[in-house]
Amino acid sequence: MKNLVNYIKAILLGIWNLLLGMKITMINFFRPKITEQYPENRGTQVMFERFRGELTMPHNANNEHKCTACGICQMNCPNGTITVISKQETDEATGKTKKVLDKYEYDLGSCIFCDLCVRSCPQDAIEWSQAFEHSVFTRSKLVEQLNHEGSKLAVKEKVTETK
Amino acid sequence: MFDFKVVTSWIDDLLRVQAGIPEFWTLAIEFVLVGVAILAAYAVLALVLIYVERKVCAFFQCRIGPNRVGKWGWLQTVADMIKILLKEIIHINKSDKFLFLVAPFFVIMGSILAFAAIPFGKGLHAIDFNIGIFYLLAVSSLGIIGILLAGWSSNNKYTLIGAMRSGAQLVSYELSAALALLTVVALSGSMQLSVIVEKQATVWNVFHGFAAIPACIAFVIYLIAGHAETNRGPFDLPEAESELTAGYHTEYSGITFGFYYLAEYMNMFIVAAIATTVFLGGWMPLHIPGWEAFNHVMDYIPSVVWFFGKAAMCVFFALWVRWTFPRLRIDQLLKFEWKILMPISLVNLLLMAFCIILF
Repeated sequence: MKNLVNYIKAILLGIWNLLLGMKITMINFFRPKITEQYPENRGTQVMFERFRGELTMPHNANNEHKCTACGICQMNCPNGTITVISKQETDEATGKTKKVLDKYEYDLGSCIFCDLCVRSCPQDAIEWSQAFEHSVFTRSKLVEQLNHEGSKLAVKEKVTETK
Repeated sequence: MFDFKVVTSWIDDLLRVQAGIPEFWTLAIEFVLVGVAILAAYAVLALVLIYVERKVCAFFQCRIGPNRVGKWGWLQTVADMIKILLKEIIHINKSDKFLFLVAPFFVIMGSILAFAAIPFGKGLHAIDFNIGIFYLLAVSSLGIIGILLAGWSSNNKYTLIGAMRSGAQLVSYELSAALALLTVVALSGSMQLSVIVEKQATVWNVFHGFAAIPACIAFVIYLIAGHAETNRGPFDLPEAESELTAGYHTEYSGITFGFYYLAEYMNMFIVAAIATTVFLGGWMPLHIPGWEAFNHVMDYIPSVVWFFGKAAMCVFFALWVRWTFPRLRIDQLLKFEWKILMPISLVNLLLMAFCIILF
């Protein structure tokens, strides 16, 4: 008798457990699906904030960037992706020569997106964009010049001393 | 409610009286027409089922599923069918060539024969045996021969193990499926499918007064046993991908594989259709005794819609179960059948007998 009771108990418990499992899958069945349907959602697709798509050098409205051509990013780059080419320029007012940025070359093809350049930049002159559609037909097209044509160093606003 | 006898007798009349074709040729033409209709319905339903399975499976797994070919991916299975028709049938060395090629036909013939005997709607019934249930049970277990032959003739250890497991599984679960159906045969007093459906005109078997209790238990048992007979998860040991690559159909390719694939999905539908016919009133609309207006409204819905609606519910249930439970081990599988399902179905048959005598 006791065996029979245990037998029926075991069956009922088994059915209960199976129903619990089915409840969970049914909840999942009606859960909204979050799959990104990529080519269709190109217009609305937003990459997450920390995504490292491509190195860029932001310019302000006056076509000025913040790069002082110090070359720290180039030294930190593990595989020679960044080449900073600088030139000497004479300031007409004071007559002093000054090193300014000529070309900031970035080879997307060899970049490993390690973030060392952005972290080490003392001026915060470079940052990551979230563009990810990088495919081109030849490798040479992956070498980009990040500073715009005719751009120059932004003059730092004088830090007003407040005490 | 529209009776499809109008259409069939119109065709018969057209051939026999209008065209004046002799008896023999009339019958021959009608047989061909029925055969073509059944084969076409079989193929189309299988494609729809494969699409539904993939979509439902995706939704259970929080995916979207096929969505590239056609709107919502509804042409995906058509594309798959074209691909499978174009693929080469690979012949393997040192296999039994004749049995290897014959095996898929056993499997698909078993399921087409069962499919042909199902009443799809009022008057839409190709052949109505007086031993309908018996016939369905007999032909639906024909597929096991094909599976065993496939496993043996492929000359591959995985296929052989799969086929042997399949043999043990199908033979065992056939018992409780048959006992579950017998419960309703006892209630209806007939094995003829049309009579079983007619008897449910006022109330379906699963709502049949006191007899509803054993009928419901038999319904659940039939769904479980039928599910096991279709070789689908959690009872998919014969083709357990992770253990046996693909079980008995590992060595098949092209349309011979396609036959197994179609037969698997159609067997799922056939189990759902038999469950619908026997337990859920077949093509009969939902009638509640006493609610005249409600019954009248229900009569306006075509019988085919009722049948396929109920069958679709059973199919969805099968998919739901498949994508919920993990695969059983072979000893658990056999223990489940012989120690749980079998005793319950026997006691259930007894219970049904008491219900019939007392009420």
